[in-house]
Amino acid sequence: MGKRVGMEVSFAASEAVKLANVDVIAAYPITPQTHIVERLSEFVANGELDAEFVPVESEHSAMSVCSGSEAVGARSFTCTSSQGLILMSEIVYCTSAMRLPVVMVIANRSLSNPISIWNDHTDVMSIRDCGWIQYFAENGQDVFDHVLISYRVGEDRDVMLPVIVNMDGFNLSHVIEPLELLDQDAVDRFLPPYEPSVVLDPAHPVTMGAIVLPTCYTETKKAQDEAVKSSMPSILKAWQEFGDLTGRYYHPIEGYRTDGAEVLLVTMGGIGETAMWAVDQMREKGRSVGLLKIRLWRPFPFEAFRRAATKAKILVVVDRAVSYGGPGGPVASELRSALYHEPKRPLVVNFIAGLASRDVAPFDFIEMVDRAEEACKMGMEAEYEIFGVRA
Amino acid sequence: MKKELDYKWTDFESGYVIPNPGNSREYRTGDWRSQRPIFDRKRCIQCGVCWIFCPDCAIRFDAEGYAEADLDYCKGCGICARECLPGAITMVAEEE
Repeated sequence: MGKRVGMEVSFAASEAVKLANVDVIAAYPITPQTHIVERLSEFVANGELDAEFVPVESEHSAMSVCSGSEAVGARSFTCTSSQGLILMSEIVYCTSAMRLPVVMVIANRSLSNPISIWNDHTDVMSIRDCGWIQYFAENGQDVFDHVLISYRVGEDRDVMLPVIVNMDGFNLSHVIEPLELLDQDAVDRFLPPYEPSVVLDPAHPVTMGAIVLPTCYTETKKAQDEAVKSSMPSILKAWQEFGDLTGRYYHPIEGYRTDGAEVLLVTMGGIGETAMWAVDQMREKGRSVGLLKIRLWRPFPFEAFRRAATKAKILVVVDRAVSYGGPGGPVASELRSALYHEPKRPLVVNFIAGLASRDVAPFDFIEMVDRAEEACKMGMEAEYEIFGVRA
Repeated sequence: MKKELDYKWTDFESGYVIPNPGNSREYRTGDWRSQRPIFDRKRCIQCGVCWIFCPDCAIRFDAEGYAEADLDYCKGCGICARECLPGAITMVAEEE
């Protein structure tokens, strides 16, 4: 059905955007996102994609343009990284509150200062509570597939929310991977045309983005929270149908060799594939270790996570962002919270690793598991540890 | 027209879209006021300077052409009193 190719993952993201037949692209170049928009601008310039390409003067404007174009019913796309994301963050929150299903790829990169163009999750964690549906991709195929899945889910009348596809900057964005592209017919079967229920139209005026007073703000936020939570069935349905179409089935929490595992590594994003190697090595030595990979970050899949995690004795959670002076990395903090009311819950040991693309090799995961087992016997020394730091 | 406090969280349009735009008139903002303008009809020369300067379009004219404040929207800023050429407007504290 599809075409199997070797392709840079950024270009694969662009191919997916083209196949989604978007109407508007607005983006500002920033490393390591640049190749995605460069390729899209070529598609538009050479007539392969009939879309408006708006070369905006900042990321703040990029998200403003995308929100405006979605509001008139145009399928819109942007992508960014790091400083660009936090510059656009003001509008990121408006886009979700106004229920405009923009799709954004983030090539995840550290935040300044010091300046780092390399990969971790500190950028997207700064907008964790922005109200977008958020996926983390593990490889190039995930990225390609999830751009298409994001439009399908976001534009679902039962959802109407913007969607972020996170992919690791450089470690994913700049590598060439074997992946399967879908043909246009398949995409068209999976992704119907965008039909918003309300659009900005002078003939039928409406007001979007108005003020509400303290008498109503609470109710609007409750409605928004419920919208994100209740998007789960549509997400699962889209994954199911995508799987039926392509043979690639995705799940909110994906387990690897979890059967009977006493220790579970927990990862999010591209390091999951390295962790699989580490699990294989440990399993070969007879150790009871498996892996959980979080694919869906928002809405957080509490049920699937608890089902997968509560049988283990230890969770070794690998975070890729720091919450300075806080209770641990954002992932570990949330997992601890999700497990708090469980009658039987595993010990959560949290390592913050892979900041600014520092390599996290299989032997690092093995060391983390060793250390976590020790902590389980001897007691935990701290809520979290920045792993591999020179002292 | 439904009152604000009658809205349950399920009552809003998706994205809080307002399907009947231009309804801000229904929201009376005058209760922020701590002072209000008093108009002296003997001094008013019906020149309309207060109407021009009012930043909130809260000046209107009665049937005889004299200026008065629309207290549903007047914030009591006092600009009209400051600009009134014949000194026909004075500000008094709201509780007076």
